[in-house]
Amino acid sequence: MTHPVVIVGASMGGLRTAESLRRFGYTGPITVIGQEIHAPYNRPPLSKEVLAKEVTHEAVAFEQRPATADVNWVLGTKAVSLDSEHNTVTDSEGQVHQYSALVIATGLRPRRVNFPNGELANRFALRTLDDAIALRSQLSEGKNVVIIGGGFIGCEVAATATKLGCNVTVIHNAAHPMLRPLGTELASQMQLRHEAMGVRFLLKREAKDLVGESHVTGVVLDDGTVIDCDVLIEAVGSLPNVEWLSNNNIDRNDGVLVDSAMRVMKKDGTAFKNIFAIGDVARFANPIFDLVPRKVEHWNIPTETAKRAGSVIASMLNGAEDYPAILDEDFKPVPSFWSDQYDIHLLAFGLLSLADKVTLVAGDVAGDCFFEYHRGDQLVGVCGIGMRSVVQSYRAKFV
Amino acid sequence: MIKIEVDMTKCQHYGQCVFEAPDIFRLNSDDKLEYTAEADDSERANIEAAIDVCPMQAIRIVE
Repeated sequence: MTHPVVIVGASMGGLRTAESLRRFGYTGPITVIGQEIHAPYNRPPLSKEVLAKEVTHEAVAFEQRPATADVNWVLGTKAVSLDSEHNTVTDSEGQVHQYSALVIATGLRPRRVNFPNGELANRFALRTLDDAIALRSQLSEGKNVVIIGGGFIGCEVAATATKLGCNVTVIHNAAHPMLRPLGTELASQMQLRHEAMGVRFLLKREAKDLVGESHVTGVVLDDGTVIDCDVLIEAVGSLPNVEWLSNNNIDRNDGVLVDSAMRVMKKDGTAFKNIFAIGDVARFANPIFDLVPRKVEHWNIPTETAKRAGSVIASMLNGAEDYPAILDEDFKPVPSFWSDQYDIHLLAFGLLSLADKVTLVAGDVAGDCFFEYHRGDQLVGVCGIGMRSVVQSYRAKFV
Repeated sequence: MIKIEVDMTKCQHYGQCVFEAPDIFRLNSDDKLEYTAEADDSERANIEAAIDVCPMQAIRIVE
């Protein structure tokens, strides 16, 4: 009996891996285990247009192709342990899945803030469709919405909640929202645009505790100020879902370390032959920039890493003669991301956060403009408000 | 022949599709997406890749 390729994680990365396996000629069984009950769906709209309207699975579900119609989806089930010696994954129902190859696509979960008085209702984070559905029902006109964390998710939710008529306050620990990725000039400009729409920023501040008996009614800041709060949203980054991989000698410090073929690395620096990781949870070096392995939480990375893993696994399981050559192929995906806040469309390529110098190249910061991001002499990114054709033309510089 | 449909109510003109299927998709001088609605079967893999990378999931092959 042929054991299936088992993919743990039924998000975009899991789906794209299954598609890629088929595209590269693997015809055997595929099992996808997913913690959520929903078939794969597109997450970015959850903080934007979907949150602004009615949130449904139908609005965000990925269309599935005939090639993956025979995939065995095991949804609403969590992988709880891996036995890499016997090639098995055990799920939360107690089912043991034997695999020929394993793909770890368990992604990230939102980091939550620890408060002394933290056991209160009306605390939200935003990652899943169910998170968005729960949050949507709370975002009505006149509500005091407090967002902890002024990164992209925090700012996108701030824009959406403002459009819905909420009074929005963002608590952020740096001098400007989105400062680390965007740099001072663009980040301070984005702040101005948010403020013009009515968002209040409490900068270089931290939330220390909550006020309330059953529900959150206030947030206590590090300077002792208390701000009114009906709905609390925590957007303070994420943690990799790697706990289930314990006791397998896997390097899972800040995500799962993989080589350029997406093969998971052991702590001794050698690669597992049949265990792969893709998507947000994978930490890989991108020679476009340097040889430092990083998790890259950009939307195109699950698709790029899934394609790579699918091609490697398909040729391995099909016994392809050129398998060693496929293993050795370069993997240099160009990270790309975008963000919609009000009518502002940000589009970026590269890894902006690596930059030590940010330069306005064209346009006016108050209108459409774009910036180059350099680390020393090396161009590491480009980001624009509007001016998409120009920003796009930069992508070729990274390929 | 492949028939392609882009839902222009969803499309936000990010142009990610342009990189995957440059013979089908392009941004015009106003940064708006334009596309060729019919393509040869040889373009299928490129068009499927374009569908995959569309942030708004606005592209479909209709037949």
